[in-house]
Amino acid sequence: MKMIEIAKLIIVAFILIGAFFHLIAALGVIRLPDVYTRNHAASKAATLGVLCILLGTFLYFYFIHDHFNSRVLLGILFMFLTAPVAGHLLGRAAYHSGVKMWGQNGPDDYKEYIEIKKSEKYQEYEAYRKKIEENIKAESK
Amino acid sequence: MIQTVVYIALICVAVAMITLLYRVIKGPTLPDRIVALDALGVNIVAMVALVCIALDTNAFLEVILLFGILAFIGTVAFSKYLEKGVIIENDRNS
Repeated sequence: MKMIEIAKLIIVAFILIGAFFHLIAALGVIRLPDVYTRNHAASKAATLGVLCILLGTFLYFYFIHDHFNSRVLLGILFMFLTAPVAGHLLGRAAYHSGVKMWGQNGPDDYKEYIEIKKSEKYQEYEAYRKKIEENIKAESK
Repeated sequence: MIQTVVYIALICVAVAMITLLYRVIKGPTLPDRIVALDALGVNIVAMVALVCIALDTNAFLEVILLFGILAFIGTVAFSKYLEKGVIIENDRNS
């Protein structure tokens, strides 16, 4: 087999894997029960799918047309960096805007954290810490 | 071989976009809709890449990066709106 045929097989495999992951992501967004699980399906599976398809596109133009396109590589890098950030921001915003969870999930650790942060003892601790920090600054001057 | 596979992949991505559109319209809460819109942006990027291969041209490859950036900025703006009620804050100390 010539090298171009092997390259074509690799490109086809990448594109098919990417399309499959897009279908899985859409299925997850339809079937899963609440915002957080849907967000996990959309942000992880769709990102993997788009990375595979973009890699296939890059390899297609590199092997078939002998054209090194750096913008597709930049797009891959950008997608890889920003998709988790967007997913995290969305989950946080959904929690703070008061969307209820499914009801059959495990314990809600973030709620406990928020309650601790709002409690009086924590506020006292914060004020005490600030005072000590100011003292240290004044002494170092 | 590549052309047929690309058309199959285009159909798959189109079906995924239609199902996501169902979630955008039906979604019980606002964050549901925004999650689906974010995934739609990612699917548009994949579709542009596939159209580039199907038409055998490298004219649209810049659009990939552009759509990626726009989808990310849109998601960030939406989530900020959800969390605080405004997108651009005037009071920067809070």
